[in-house]
Formats: sequence, structure tokens, C-alpha cells
Amino acid sequence: MLELTRITAGYDPRDPVVRDASLTIAPGESVGLLGPSGCGKSTLAKVAALLHRPDAGTVVLDGRPVRGWRHGAPRAQRTAVGVVFQQPRLSADPRLSLRELIAQPLRATGRRAEVTDRVAELAPAVGLTAELLNRRPHEVSDGQLQRACLARALVLRPRWLICDEMTAMLDASTTAALVAVVEAYRRESGAGLLAVGHDRVLLERWCDRTVGWQGISGRVATQESMSPTG
Amino acid sequence: MKPTPDPQTPDPQTPDPQTPVLSVRGLSVRFRMRGGRHIAAVSDACFDLAAGECLALVGESGCGKSVLASALLGLLPGNAQTEGSAVLGDGTDLLTADERTLARTVRGRRIGLVPQSPAAHLTPVRTVRAQLEETLRELTGIRKPALRAAAEQAAARAAFPAGHLDRYPHELSGGLAQRAATALALIGDAPLLLADEPTTGLDRDLVERTVDELRRHTDGGRALLIITHDLAAAERIADRVAVMYAGRIVELAEADRFFGEPGPRHPYARGLLDALPERAFAPIPGMPPELGALPDGCAFAARCSRADDRCSAPPPFDGHLACHHGVRAGTEESAHA
Repeated sequence: MLELTRITAGYDPRDPVVRDASLTIAPGESVGLLGPSGCGKSTLAKVAALLHRPDAGTVVLDGRPVRGWRHGAPRAQRTAVGVVFQQPRLSADPRLSLRELIAQPLRATGRRAEVTDRVAELAPAVGLTAELLNRRPHEVSDGQLQRACLARALVLRPRWLICDEMTAMLDASTTAALVAVVEAYRRESGAGLLAVGHDRVLLERWCDRTVGWQGISGRVATQESMSPTG
Repeated sequence: MKPTPDPQTPDPQTPDPQTPVLSVRGLSVRFRMRGGRHIAAVSDACFDLAAGECLALVGESGCGKSVLASALLGLLPGNAQTEGSAVLGDGTDLLTADERTLARTVRGRRIGLVPQSPAAHLTPVRTVRAQLEETLRELTGIRKPALRAAAEQAAARAAFPAGHLDRYPHELSGGLAQRAATALALIGDAPLLLADEPTTGLDRDLVERTVDELRRHTDGGRALLIITHDLAAAERIADRVAVMYAGRIVELAEADRFFGEPGPRHPYARGLLDALPERAFAPIPGMPPELGALPDGCAFAARCSRADDRCSAPPPFDGHLACHHGVRAGTEESAHA
């Protein structure tokens, strides 16, 4: 389970962006979180990805409460969550080739030996050719770079995936392709998913259930869930 | 409107309504790269755009859409080579005009640009009011004390709230930044508006509001070329749709026929629509070819289920379609050479 309970978070403790939000995702479940720009859904996604320490509330990951965040999170918890952000250009080190980008989490966790096999396995799955793997971010399109960022999120075989507006910059075909890659990984691994976005049609097509921002934040929990389990 | 005495030399101030606002013929852009390589970013684009009409240019990222827009504004980098012509209603060819002409008479005055990321397009250290006033001074010659009221009027045209005029760009939400950029683009009363991905990163409500506002300005008599990968936005705003693939326009169709019945005729355009979550949600297999290494024949053949021997020759564009076997209404296949 990924359990977010009564989370309050933001960048100014006097004026939090997220107030009292609660959301629970069962293993293998995919949940879409729908909300307009600026509502705080990306901040909540960062909390769920252990990248932002909430001001109040608890996060419980597979039964263990989360006590450290970012680099302070224990490796076992940190590597259990894979993240894909909206803007691939801002989340890719411009000095690395796509191959190095995908392999970075393996190197950072001392699993260098697995790099060759794992990259060889993932690159065709996300649709990257050997030639593209040798290029650096400025030499590929947004869609190609986002494919590499998705491969990077999957490289450690996370039990949880957080996709924050993963496809907002992408065309329809690349969107459908990347969602298919996520779903293929989830079928094979049983990973759970939190997909954050503003495109209701996309999230309802993609996820088991879609909840609205109003439905999970504040004191009106559960009554405003935007769509039934589908 | 007074009758034009000589149809060969129409008065530039009162253009013939039949003359397109923009007429693009055989427009190609190639980038010269290191080692003598060439990137064919745009190949042989042809289209007309009339006053009051909106043409949406759609396609995957990296297909050459934005390069086409840069070519029209004369904003290509130094290693770009252009061919063909892109003629405005008054006869100015955008591809051959010098920088002085473009800077003094075209950008902002004949073509208004609604940029891709307004937050980055606006000057970060000046308020929206200061930027509107500066643009008004430059383009319309209005001076103080009338400037303040004119800036408020200019903001109102793009539905930018007057209460936010004294804010800096970073204090604006995505939607308000977009309106500020649109207000700037409208000041010069340019007959042609060019919107390059104006809705990227906006949520659905804001996308709809933004395109509805652009549509309102089109209905007011401007021509609008909107470049987007958002098919829902294109469907909402466009009169006609041009589909670009690997630097070429492969289909040019009426929007209602393209999005409704009988649907697109080019297999790529069909695949693009089928990828939408409200349709089949199935990606087109494979990825677009590299613009630096385009195949000799049809660039889509490698991803196309209909590909056959004919596809080894490049399909000519007949004004509507560039495909050897485009789908026609009611028939499975039509001979189209």
C-alpha cells in the first residue's frame, strides 16, 4: 500500500499548497489524480515520491512509515518509487547521453554490473534505438527524451510509479505509446501507479479509478470522488 | 471598399479580399550541419491562408512545425537555407525580405506572434503594463498621457484583467501569462496571427479558453496559423487542418471532415487520431524518421500497414494529400498517384 494520510505540504508553512489531503493506493492499483493547474497536485505527487517533506501528515510505504525524504530516505524506500515528471528537459542532465541517463539510478545504487543488460532490455521497450541512446538531450525531441526518462524511472524495477503530467508536452501517438509502456511494466511487475494530470479523458482511459483534487483534499474527503471505479 | 482599378497592382492598404493573407509555395528549410550533413526540416510546404480563417498545423514533436513558423518570421539560425516563397497579402516575400524590413514592417505589424511559452517570452524584470506600453509606443506611436488607457484597452482585448497589469510575469498563472502574450501580439493589428503551441502545459479549461479567444480574434477578420500537437485544441478552433510528417505536409483538409466523417485520408493522420484516449488509444508503431536521414520514398512507409512497392517513390502532394493509397470516403482504397 501507498498511504498518504492528512498531508499538509507546501513551500511556505503559513500558506501550504496542499491541505489535509489523503489518498491510498493498493498494490497493483492505478489511480488518476485530476486537478487544474496550480491546485497543488504536483506537490502531493512529490510527497508521494518521497521528494518533498510534508509539513504535517504521514506517508506509509508498504507498511513502513516514511521518516526521511529526498537523500535522507532509506535506499530501500527511495528505490521502491519511480518518478516521471512533466518536462523531460528539466529532469535530464544535459551532459549525459540517454544511455547514461537511463543507467544513472543503477550507478547511484552501486549496481553498475546490471547496466548493460538492463539498458538493453529497456531501450527497445520504450522505443529507443541504439543510435538514439548515444545522443545527448539537446539532440533528441521532447518525446524521445521523455521515453528515456520513463526508462530511467523503470530501471530499478520500482513497486510504485508516480507520473506527474508525464504526457502533457507530448503528441497523441507518443502519449499512447508511453502509457502502453507503463501498463506493460505494471502487468509484468504488479506495480502501483499514481498518475497526476489535468486531462480527464486520458486519466479515465488509463487508470482503474480517477479522483478529483476536491475529493482528496480538505475535509470533504470521499464524497466528491469524480468517477467510480472503472 | 473602393474598386481596384488595376488588378495587377492592388493597393496595399485595401487588399483584395480574394488575395490570401499568406500564400506559401514550395517552402523548404534545410539546416547545414557539421561534416556536410543536411537536415531537411521542412520540405515543399504549400498552403494559403485567408482573412477570418484558421489553419491548424498538427504533427508529432520534431516534425518541423516550429521551424516552419520560424521561417515565416525570419528567425531561422544562420545555418538554415530556405527555398520557395511565403508571400503576405501586400506582396512581401518573408523568405527574401531583409532583416530591416522584417524588424520594422513585419514582426508585430503584419504578423503577430503568440509564443509557445509565454512565461519565457515576456521580459521577466518588467511588469505587464510596462511591456504593453512599450509595445504600444513602438507600434502605434501613442504617447503619454494616452498610453495608460491604451495599455488597459490592449489588455482588455485579450481578456487580461486590469487588476493584474502591475504584476511581473512570474507572478502570473499560466493562463494569465498566455493572455498577456496574446495582448502583446494583438497590439500591432497584424492581419496574420501566428500561434506556436499556445496551449502547451495549460490545463483543459485554459486550453479551451485560450483557443476560444484566438478564435474570437480570427472571427474579427484576422488570419490565424496555429501550430499545435493538441488535436482537441485543433478541432475546437480550426477551419482547416494541415498534417505535417517528417517535414512535409501530408494532408490538408477541412477540419469538420478531418475530425468527423469521413475522417483523415492519410494513414499517418488516421493513426494520430486513433491514438487519442477518447478513440482507440493505440500508438502508431515506431518513431518518425530522422530529418537528417529521410528515406527516398514515402517517409511514413516504415510505420504504415498499407505500405507496398509504390511507396518507394515519394508521393506527390496534390493540394489535399500526399499518399499513394489514401483512404477515400466510402471506398477502402483509391488510386491516387
